[in-house]
Amino acid sequence: MPWDLDNNRPIYIQLMERIRLDIVSGVYRPGDRLPSVRELALQAAVNPNTMQKALSELERSGIVYSKRTSGRMITEDEAMLRQLKTELAQEHIRSFLEKMDKLGFSKEEILALTQEQLKEVE
Amino acid sequence: MNPILECYGLTKSYNKMYNALDNLNLTLDRGQIIGLLGPNGSGKTTFIKLINDVLVPTQGEIRINGMAPGVDTKKIVSYLPERTYLDESMKVKEIITYFSDFYENFSTERAYRMLEDLQIDINSRLKVLSKGTKEKVQLILVMSRDADLYVLDEPIGGVDPAARDYILSTILNNYNEDAAILISTHLIQDIENILDRVLFIKQGQLVLNATVDEIRTEQGKSVDALFREVFRC
Repeated sequence: MPWDLDNNRPIYIQLMERIRLDIVSGVYRPGDRLPSVRELALQAAVNPNTMQKALSELERSGIVYSKRTSGRMITEDEAMLRQLKTELAQEHIRSFLEKMDKLGFSKEEILALTQEQLKEVE
Repeated sequence: MNPILECYGLTKSYNKMYNALDNLNLTLDRGQIIGLLGPNGSGKTTFIKLINDVLVPTQGEIRINGMAPGVDTKKIVSYLPERTYLDESMKVKEIITYFSDFYENFSTERAYRMLEDLQIDINSRLKVLSKGTKEKVQLILVMSRDADLYVLDEPIGGVDPAARDYILSTILNNYNEDAAILISTHLIQDIENILDRVLFIKQGQLVLNATVDEIRTEQGKSVDALFREVFRC
């Protein structure tokens, strides 16, 4: 099944987001080897050069690293993984807050509503 | 490595009134999948025919791996024309043999594997196959060669969406960094994700040559959306 990509944003950025999410959510574990560029490109149904670019960018950020003979590995740096997870959560919260703001809720109201909702989930 | 394709002032006119292709200057590197996009009658097929020595330029020149189109370039260019040229009374397996006789770089094994994947009966004669199945057979023939340049004129127009996915993954599977793949199509949205670069042709002229992600970064829209804007009727 090709990856679900949207039409307007650069493809390599969406590939980075997807792989990051797969790392944070445990599809790939710390120290795991990532599939090859070709395999990932086929999985996602995207151009191999675009996938290559996404992986190079992830490598620059340190979340994956190259091992000379065995391809790309997921970092085992727990602190970095935790930080990545926090960053992703912050992104979601920011976009949630923006939407609530558009709906006309004040900060206090958002907080109260969220707490109410959290109780219901429990 | 040298570029796979170079055009200098490439011009083709069928009559004195106008140029079907007008002073095209272009260099394409290997290792790319390139979309050749433009509305009907913009010069895409003329360009493709010039690459394949089916037409001769009125002016300017074209170089494939440094050579003018001819016997030597046909060895390294694998071409899917818009219309079939195969003998329809032949069986699929006979055509495979024919191609493997004809082209040194043809892989019979790869062809049979793809025919099996798409469940095409090799004992059928071409004329009894549906339009879509015929197109699949032709694409298999073209993609079974180890070429330096693949030129595909509307490869997915007549096939169903499931086969389209298979064809796109075949193209991706076949990708290697020494070869380039040039695809002309109107189904931009379907192939956008597998392209490196797109060329927009308008009235015989190259109006855009950019990577898909450059377009998305700079314009904030897909190639498909940009096409609709540039070529609005």
